[in-house]
Amino acid sequence: MAAIEAEELVKTYPGEVRALDGVSFSVEPGTIFGLLGPNGAGKSTTVKILTTLSRPDSGRATVAGHDVLADPAAVRRAVGVVGQRNAVDGEATGRENLLLQGRLYGLRGRELTARVDDLLERFRLADAGDRFAKGYSGGMQRRLDVALGLVARPQVLFLDEPTTGLDPEVRVAMWDEIAQLAREEGLTILLTTHYLEEADQLASQLAIVDRGKVVAEGGPEQLKAELRGDTILVELDDGDGDGPAVEAALGRLDGVRDVAVEGRALRARADQGARAVPAVLAALEGAGIPVASVTVARASLDDVYLRYTGRTFEEAEESQAEPAGAGAEER
Amino acid sequence: MSGVLADSWFMAQRHLRALLRQPAWIVVTLVQPVMWLLLFGALFKAIVELPGFGADSYADFLTPGIVVMTALFSAGWAGMGLLQDYDRGILDRFLTTPASRVSILAGPLAQQSLVTIVQSLIIVGLGLLVADASFPGGVLGVIVVIVAAILLGTAVGALSNALALIVRKEETVIATVTSLTLPLSFLSGTFMDLNLAPDWIATVAKFNPLEWAVVAGREALTAESVDWAVVGTRLGLLAALVVACFVVATRAFRSYQRSV
Repeated sequence: MAAIEAEELVKTYPGEVRALDGVSFSVEPGTIFGLLGPNGAGKSTTVKILTTLSRPDSGRATVAGHDVLADPAAVRRAVGVVGQRNAVDGEATGRENLLLQGRLYGLRGRELTARVDDLLERFRLADAGDRFAKGYSGGMQRRLDVALGLVARPQVLFLDEPTTGLDPEVRVAMWDEIAQLAREEGLTILLTTHYLEEADQLASQLAIVDRGKVVAEGGPEQLKAELRGDTILVELDDGDGDGPAVEAALGRLDGVRDVAVEGRALRARADQGARAVPAVLAALEGAGIPVASVTVARASLDDVYLRYTGRTFEEAEESQAEPAGAGAEER
Repeated sequence: MSGVLADSWFMAQRHLRALLRQPAWIVVTLVQPVMWLLLFGALFKAIVELPGFGADSYADFLTPGIVVMTALFSAGWAGMGLLQDYDRGILDRFLTTPASRVSILAGPLAQQSLVTIVQSLIIVGLGLLVADASFPGGVLGVIVVIVAAILLGTAVGALSNALALIVRKEETVIATVTSLTLPLSFLSGTFMDLNLAPDWIATVAKFNPLEWAVVAGREALTAESVDWAVVGTRLGLLAALVVACFVVATRAFRSYQRSV
């Protein structure tokens, strides 16, 4: 049985576009599943529905075998949730935060204190456990946050943007913690992220979400392999690349496909990138388009994203930077 | 049910601990009531000499009113604490645990009640020692005043939380609270014997929960022979109000769930 099953989830916020437009996916037990997408794609809304915080307009979902609409109480007992913000009570100590959280799940006595000690130890908070959490660094608060989600030994752990706002080194350390968790506790983890690298590193299965829809699903390697071949990145020398001209120039070449131009960046795919480069350069030169540099790379998740949504990840993030409802909070 | 009580107690602990770590905060909240009791009370001292005023000393008359009014004012702000938890994501964290929704309200309201007890004792003490009031109702009278204040504070606090959950904007909560609390006070017998007030105010006051608490507290604390029927009906009304306000507040969680 799948640990998480989402079927055709639809959610519209009043006065806004559809946050979710029929999201479906399924997560196998004991795996790390990544929901990858730019800000505003609907990742957090999906997590809110799966963790019973929010209700879908239509569609259904089960988590750990329990229906989120019919039996939210059972879902809550089975999951741990680590939200986007550090949901730590700064006026209490790290230990007090964990004790309260454990009690709300019905843990008591020695079982509770032992669990809290374990978690403080494991998240390198043992020394800071009796200090007020407001004095913790960002990384420490984040670790406490994850520990809070784990107190009651959930079957499914939700991590909503676990490394957003963390320094790069702290982020990498957090990845290690998450990977270790999944290995040791046999947890099912659903993680949302807008970092391609994070999804690539951590998730064994991915759903790429764009504008409230799942546009691709599979393992990161599988998704990249489906693209076949390499990515050729050409930096054009001209201020604004003339998209149609470039596409016309390269469209006739054998084995070169998925040509996309954005500003000065030209991306194309080829079965064997290095072999295609001379022909690409010759075609561009023939069309009078000057070239600054050429790189050949293995397919990345960015290419996967481009392939399925028609825009690069960076572009999608920028278009979301000023969403229709300006100032709307991240959902 | 035992789960609800246990969860409520754990949530209350969190808030009580936070309060005990900053006890000075109670003193800050006392500045306003002390002004009312000592300055306003002194300024209008002679009001009892109006023919028909039902008390001999304005300090006796005013003190129970100030106690319950103070509970009303501070309970109005209860929703602000919930908004802080919402802003930090703590509210969502609690909502994804199996903890009952009622317990999420009970935490801050327990803190509120403790504050009310301490404030009430201080105000009654100041009334006795500084304003020279005398309370024939004695300890039992003080207890009734405090119970009335806690019931009123709990009802209003639950409503304030419901409002906060629905609007989720500090400005709206502040505007609503400030525009309601003072008028409620003037539309009651807190400052003035309603026998001497315009009829329409006396009529409106009958439906004002603050007035219920004032009547119960004043009767128990200052009457020479207490009419317990008067006290009992007012406390009963307040208890019913608490239940109604909790129902509204738990409904507000559903509205919150729809809108996030």
